[in-house]
Amino acid sequence: MQLDNLYQEVILDHYKNPQNKKLSPNYDAQVHHVNPSCGDEIDLNITIKEGTVVAITWDGVGCSISQASVSVLTDLLIGKSISDAYRIFDEFVALMQSKGAVTGDEDLLEDAVAFAGVSKYPARIKCALLGWMAFKDASVQAQSKG
Amino acid sequence: MTLDPGVIRKDFPIFDRTIRDGKKLVYLDSGATSQKPNAVIDAESDFYRNHNAAAHRGAHQLAEEATEGIENARAVVANFLGGSVDEIVFTKSSTEALNLLAYSMGNAPAGNLFHLKPGDEIVVSEMEHHANLIPWQQLAKRTGAVLKWFEVTQSGRLDLSNIDGVITERTKIVALTHQSNVLGTVIPLAQIAKRVRDVGAIFILDACQSVPHMPVNVKALDIDFLVFSGHKTVGPTGVGVLWGRANLLNLLPPFLFGGSMIETVTMTDATWAPAPRKFEPGVPNMAQIVGLGVALKYLTKIGMGAIHKHEIELTKYALDAMSGIDSLRILGPLNTEMRGGAVSFTLGEIHPHDLGQFLDDAGIAVRTGHHCAWPLTRKMGVAATTRASFYLYNTTEDIDQLCESILAAQKYFG
Repeated sequence: MQLDNLYQEVILDHYKNPQNKKLSPNYDAQVHHVNPSCGDEIDLNITIKEGTVVAITWDGVGCSISQASVSVLTDLLIGKSISDAYRIFDEFVALMQSKGAVTGDEDLLEDAVAFAGVSKYPARIKCALLGWMAFKDASVQAQSKG
Repeated sequence: MTLDPGVIRKDFPIFDRTIRDGKKLVYLDSGATSQKPNAVIDAESDFYRNHNAAAHRGAHQLAEEATEGIENARAVVANFLGGSVDEIVFTKSSTEALNLLAYSMGNAPAGNLFHLKPGDEIVVSEMEHHANLIPWQQLAKRTGAVLKWFEVTQSGRLDLSNIDGVITERTKIVALTHQSNVLGTVIPLAQIAKRVRDVGAIFILDACQSVPHMPVNVKALDIDFLVFSGHKTVGPTGVGVLWGRANLLNLLPPFLFGGSMIETVTMTDATWAPAPRKFEPGVPNMAQIVGLGVALKYLTKIGMGAIHKHEIELTKYALDAMSGIDSLRILGPLNTEMRGGAVSFTLGEIHPHDLGQFLDDAGIAVRTGHHCAWPLTRKMGVAATTRASFYLYNTTEDIDQLCESILAAQKYFG
């Protein structure tokens, strides 16, 4: 089934058991992002200490791709330096825009390479990027405060 | 009169192609846009190949033919709706037609019938498509008028229990959808029209989901303006229709200014051509208008009554079949009483985007999301829905395939 390229096991696992899906009361920045084409929404809180992403928590409603993507993001970016996190962010965005031409750098992206199949479905790229764009926005806001 | 979708499908070349590696196309998204028969595709192409010139301009044969092409189409539209030719305005879309009304009314000076002042009221409903909500919402903000609305009940009907409190002596405009693009609900037009008449307001009908699917005669409806969309009516994209009572179109100020909508122009002033030309500046979307005329002739030949009957049968079949699926919740009326062929539903915890993707993999095209009616989906207590919508080329086999794939999706995501 062609669909299995899209719905990798990792994605369905994260969808059913989302990580860090509970907004923490303490944070440096909080953002609310929506996907106006489908109504998916996410709230994301971030804490950055001395150039390191200390915490990302979130809550939201949306499809498996958008929910799993932010769950994977939290696993991947918590504990990383901001510069490493941005490197991973850039790689993930490039993967999403690749139209299926690349498989993604597994050393850098780890579980997030599971989203490679999404890039072949143009209507779903925004789903996969919802949480990532929220992270970028929140991290910029958190740093501008600091 | 009955209709054989198997024969009709042969007129629509898109059904010759396959989807996602060889699967048969099951097109259940006509509420978003309809497919096009050969006659329409050929008419557009024929216009460009043989008659292309700027209509209403030029002294040459091609210009005459182009003019004749769009004016013939205007006569077809007028006949289709039961109006007269000077009551038919071509726009680029129904969205533009609704904006035309809202902006023209916003331009009306004091003393004009359409002039709005603070405290005047505009009435819509919670089941409006964004295109029949936001223009009025924003017009209210610009003029100080008050936006009011009918609520929608949990069974998907307009709540008219307080109709006299919603439409009052202060109401200037009532703008409602004839048939909900999400719920399929058809509104009780006569009852509302009577109240609109009693208070002397203007009644605007968004008929995007009704004109393609059932016989609609403007003279029988006691309304003032109606809009519909060409591309949902087996016609081309890029053309919408505004029908308005001739006396009202004459009083309504223009919305867009430019070439061919004028009577005289000096450096400091201008006067307007009579309607409909007053509302049609610029070279029109000629090939699309010609295509729309052919589309309406195509539908007329099959019979709007027969099309409506076919869709009601499909809708009944779908409501019965889908009601039997575990954890499937249909939003909107559960029978075909005052209801058209758009069936929106949720499926347990499976997100509509995921379901839509799964169905697509089986060749089934549905719409997912809030369907440009965000306040309505919110009111119905869901973030998004999946919508199957039917037209003359759909079959009960299409619905069987939909239901089979829904069951398979439950296994896949379960």
